[in-house]
Amino acid sequence: MSEAVTALKNARYDAGIATISEIGPLGMITIRGDLEAAFLRKVINKTVGLERPESGMCNSDGTSAVAWMSPDELLLICPHAQVAEVLSRLLAAFEDTHTLAVDVSGARAAFRIEGTHAREVLAKLAPVDLAPAKFTPGMFRRTRVGQVPAAFWLLEDGAFQVVCFRSVAQYMFDQLKVAAQPGSAVGHFSAP
Amino acid sequence: MSTRLATGGRLLNKSKPLNFTFNGKQMRGYEGDTLASALLANDQVLVGRSFKYHRPRGIVTSGPEEPNGLVGLGQEGRFEPNARVTTTELYEGLEAESQNHWPSLEFDVGALNKHLSRFLPAGFYYKMFMHPRPLWKHLYEPIIRHSAGLGKAPKAADADIYEHFHAFCDVLVIGGGVAGLQAALAAGLSGARVIVMEQSAHWGGRAPVDGGTVDDAPVEDWVAQTLDRLRGMENVDLRDRTMGAGVYDHGYVLGYERLRDHTPEDAGPRHRLWRVRAGHVITATGAIERPLSFAGNDVPGVMLASAMRDYVANYGVSPGDRTVLVTNNDNAYLTAIALKQAGLDVPAVLDARVLPQDSELVAKAKALGIRVVMGHAVSSVQGGKRVTGVAVCSQGGEGAVLEVIACDAIAMSGGWSPVVHLWSHCGGKLTWDGAKACFRPDQDHPPTGADGHGFVTPAGAAAGVFALDDVLHDAHAAADGVATSLGFKLPRDLTAPTAARREEAPMMPVWQMPQGASVKLREKTFLDYQNDVKVSDVRLAAQEGFVSVEHAKRYTTLGMATDQGKLSNINGLATLAGALDAEIPSVGTTTFRPPYHPISMGAIAGAARGDTFQPIRRTPLHDWHAANGAVWEPVGQWRRPYAYVQSGESTHDAVMREVTNTRQNLGLLDASTLGKLIVRGPDAARFLDMMYTNMMSTLKPGKCRYGLMCNENGFLIDDGVVARLDEQTFLCHTTTGGADSIHAHMEEWLQTEWWDWKVHVVNATEHYAQVAVVGPNARKCLEKLGGMDLSREALGFMEWTEGELGGFKVRVFRISFSGELSYEIAVEAGQGQAFWDALLIAGHDLGVMPYGTECLHILRAEKGFIMIGDETDGTVIPQDLGLNWAISKKKDDYLGKRAQQRSHMQDPSRWKLVGLETTDGSTLPDGAYALGEGENENGQKVMQGRVTSTYHSPTLDRGIAMGLVLHGPDRMGELLSFPGTDGKTYEARIVDPVFYDPKGEKQNV
Amino acid sequence: MLILTCPCCHVTAEETEFHGGGEAHLKRVGPDGAEGDFESYLFMRQNPKGVHLERWRHVYGCGKWFHMARDTATLEVFGSYAAQTLAPPDHIVDAIRKRHPDWQWPAAS
Repeated sequence: MSEAVTALKNARYDAGIATISEIGPLGMITIRGDLEAAFLRKVINKTVGLERPESGMCNSDGTSAVAWMSPDELLLICPHAQVAEVLSRLLAAFEDTHTLAVDVSGARAAFRIEGTHAREVLAKLAPVDLAPAKFTPGMFRRTRVGQVPAAFWLLEDGAFQVVCFRSVAQYMFDQLKVAAQPGSAVGHFSAP
Repeated sequence: MSTRLATGGRLLNKSKPLNFTFNGKQMRGYEGDTLASALLANDQVLVGRSFKYHRPRGIVTSGPEEPNGLVGLGQEGRFEPNARVTTTELYEGLEAESQNHWPSLEFDVGALNKHLSRFLPAGFYYKMFMHPRPLWKHLYEPIIRHSAGLGKAPKAADADIYEHFHAFCDVLVIGGGVAGLQAALAAGLSGARVIVMEQSAHWGGRAPVDGGTVDDAPVEDWVAQTLDRLRGMENVDLRDRTMGAGVYDHGYVLGYERLRDHTPEDAGPRHRLWRVRAGHVITATGAIERPLSFAGNDVPGVMLASAMRDYVANYGVSPGDRTVLVTNNDNAYLTAIALKQAGLDVPAVLDARVLPQDSELVAKAKALGIRVVMGHAVSSVQGGKRVTGVAVCSQGGEGAVLEVIACDAIAMSGGWSPVVHLWSHCGGKLTWDGAKACFRPDQDHPPTGADGHGFVTPAGAAAGVFALDDVLHDAHAAADGVATSLGFKLPRDLTAPTAARREEAPMMPVWQMPQGASVKLREKTFLDYQNDVKVSDVRLAAQEGFVSVEHAKRYTTLGMATDQGKLSNINGLATLAGALDAEIPSVGTTTFRPPYHPISMGAIAGAARGDTFQPIRRTPLHDWHAANGAVWEPVGQWRRPYAYVQSGESTHDAVMREVTNTRQNLGLLDASTLGKLIVRGPDAARFLDMMYTNMMSTLKPGKCRYGLMCNENGFLIDDGVVARLDEQTFLCHTTTGGADSIHAHMEEWLQTEWWDWKVHVVNATEHYAQVAVVGPNARKCLEKLGGMDLSREALGFMEWTEGELGGFKVRVFRISFSGELSYEIAVEAGQGQAFWDALLIAGHDLGVMPYGTECLHILRAEKGFIMIGDETDGTVIPQDLGLNWAISKKKDDYLGKRAQQRSHMQDPSRWKLVGLETTDGSTLPDGAYALGEGENENGQKVMQGRVTSTYHSPTLDRGIAMGLVLHGPDRMGELLSFPGTDGKTYEARIVDPVFYDPKGEKQNV
Repeated sequence: MLILTCPCCHVTAEETEFHGGGEAHLKRVGPDGAEGDFESYLFMRQNPKGVHLERWRHVYGCGKWFHMARDTATLEVFGSYAAQTLAPPDHIVDAIRKRHPDWQWPAAS
């Protein structure tokens, strides 16, 4: 069986004011259900060792991540090779509840924006306040980036992860490249 | 003459000379020059021609309000028309050409219009070119088109790049003069996040030129110190070369940053559009000096008094050797003083006022030996392409010439108008200040934001406060109020700086010079320089009944040029008020609309151009398609292969080949774009019974069912195959265009109507690459891949299964949109290409070929299957399409059921779906209408049907079509005639829409 | 361009993240509904110059529908609230009446 590939085969751009790189393939599982339910917190913790995130947050540990997508939806990210196993554990744990878990690993593309100008690059495309005091590590936001829906979170200062639908991966990469072009530093955010 | 002075020029770097050309002529300037100052330094007083009369025009201002100095800049992909010389910073190698003249700037044929000006008054074109009608197209329009338009549109693609930037702040200060800087300082020290935008490259506004002392030091020093403090504050972002372009609802502000206009060779974006959300906006936008209305006020060499001292102080340029100053206020005396102190001659100051005693500045001018004539005015300006003298008269009279003073420049000042544009953009009201003769913001009626409170505060001159000390205190108070309202506090010890006060005599409103100017003089008195609107035109408009300022504006085109009437509007409406014998405030102003000053189309587009103009959605197999001859069909934002063209083939040939091969051998279709929605929960079946017209709750796990979806209007909106994955889980296929909209449609009903139903919906469309394996050899191909039993017995028609096929984890649906033996196979998107490759290898000996969307359409049309968007158009119900079999009679309810009971939907005369077969085998034109009997009440021919899909079928070797026809299903065999747009009339017979394999034997093998 | 606050994910964002969905609190009329009732459900909408209760969806964000009370003339926003309600909640009515003391929800009268 062949290995899954990403939409852009891990394309990378580092000629500009920030490095743009496509990462993955990642394992991604959509979970929908009652996020307040105690069992859900327990299952998430037991399966990937992370707390269920509060609204607007993404908890991650470098290997896995859990992002708060909506009041009844989480996005669980894990190594691609582990998706089947994680999914089957979730499904087993959710069996008697009205909770859904579905593999959506192929549905998305993921990018990193890295460098001191990472905030500026993203702020050119997303209508979100990305000032260092306002958007801090761990914060997660679903919004639009350019003309497509996307979500991003701040891994640490100077490093965003962006996810969008796979079909628009090229568009996302292209517009991030434009936003990161040489000579385009804005100098708006005070140094992190 | 206009020349560079030996001294002065505070903004110049004289160690860095720059070369540039104007109309091909080599000229020199310095770093720090604007194109305007550099042209004046080279004695280029004539810079353009006016729009209507092609009159010679010179530079009037030193800022963005400039109406005359418009040029074409640059070449090819960097050509820009209508660039203002006053806001264009000089750079090495700049190329400018003047506009609106033929054949040359110096000699212009169109200037004949000037002699005809008595015959070209306001509204001339409206009146003249009404009759006779035929002359319009062949005579008037070509002539007008030749002479109309300002500047040339660029022909080459824009070579520069542009971007947007989203910024957020508590306080946005627009304007970097002393008011803006003091407001920014106070707001910044309160801890608020502050952005300051200054349209020019320099901070401090007019103050360094106009002088004064702040806290006992020159104002220029205060500006420098304040800038230093602001630059040291992390919460303050100072943006020069950034204009506040527009203020919009809820604190949204557009800023226009010009990054590379002055260094075009540097890397990076040329312009950046700031999309700012501000908690509060402080408009410290200053004021603009008004021209005076006297005959010949448009002759090159007549300039605003403030602009003239700007050129002297900032750029070391004298616009003339002998300058007469005409004024109605004290402030303009600064110009006379500055000129005199620069060693230039000021033969006279003509002051319209009669002052009881000399004010400070008048006395100072007199002390410098300047002749000041009170109560006097300009009767007319002498000179054609530049000023040669001025005829003097009494302001109170009708223009009788008392003396003629030789001069080569005239400085004029009619008082100052606060720049209220940004205050007004979003609804801020204005009030008339009689003493200063200007409109200023009515601070009791600000534009209001999301919380219902005002979100714009004017400061300094923009608020109608002109004296330096008042400006500083007003700006400080504005910032204090704004910061407090946002929950910040100014440091307790922070107070406004104090500036030395100057006693000024009041100005006197002067709207016509002289007061009783004759018609002859009024016909030479210009209000709008760019659009050639004169005092006489506005009076004519009033006389003809255009008494509303908005009507008068449009009738005369006053203020409708690219400068949007920054100089002309107040004088224009004062003239209108005078003609109507009304008060100025009762006449009111026209609406101020963004942008304040034109901004580039590139900045508006930002990154949305070229590859990133719009998102193009690509399937996991996109690159393979591209490499294998795909001709693309846009389907929404998706690009799907229309056909795969092989060498030597036309696109039509390719489509025909693909159809035949799929019917005879084996075809592969990339079906990844079809929507795949997971619907799961205890109430999922009940929910889908509401969504679809069919009964979905009776579907057994492992089975598939074709379903129809309607909206509450009863109209068919989508269709697709539903697979029941388990008791609680369904996989709903939608059309390509429906994936997102049907997902949203389901969520809407679940969230807003049946929120107590336990159902989750997930859009899993893009998780899968889906391939349709179609044709008599389909099963053989999959058997070669191996791993699953896909025999007729194991997987019947309209069933699905999961397993491993050729090593790929797959879900296989035995469904057919072609009438052939067909499997749709879903794999994870990241393995789509590998799976497709495996199918091509397995199918190699079985005649495998990919096929595109056009082949898909023909295959389905041969089978009489409908296509959403072809057979439906938002007004078609399933019953029109003979799909009653897919509408459950057993269900109490589904979306659209009630609407389908409405009388119009039950009307037996609704057009219904039939097949159409041309009598000669040709292909019917798409969208053609079938002629009926007679004419309707509008005298149009009655129609009785239309073609919804039409193709050449290679299988049947003839044209086939579907259409909606009046009583169609009851009229089998009847002939209809369809007039085509090609002049031919096509005859077609009404037939059953299923042209191929009507018993469905092929798909069931 | 408006700024809106989504009561579902508590994000305050510009209008481009949202999509308007017309009048709120419409009551669905099903297959048994009378002709007039169905017509009014399908077509008849308030179009006030002033206070309007309306539906919005946070399309680019959490995907949830919510309701908002807004003045269509001044664009003042009185508050947003859950879509899963049959009438505007008290705190919204109070916020509206602070500005428009006599305001009545037309659908309630």
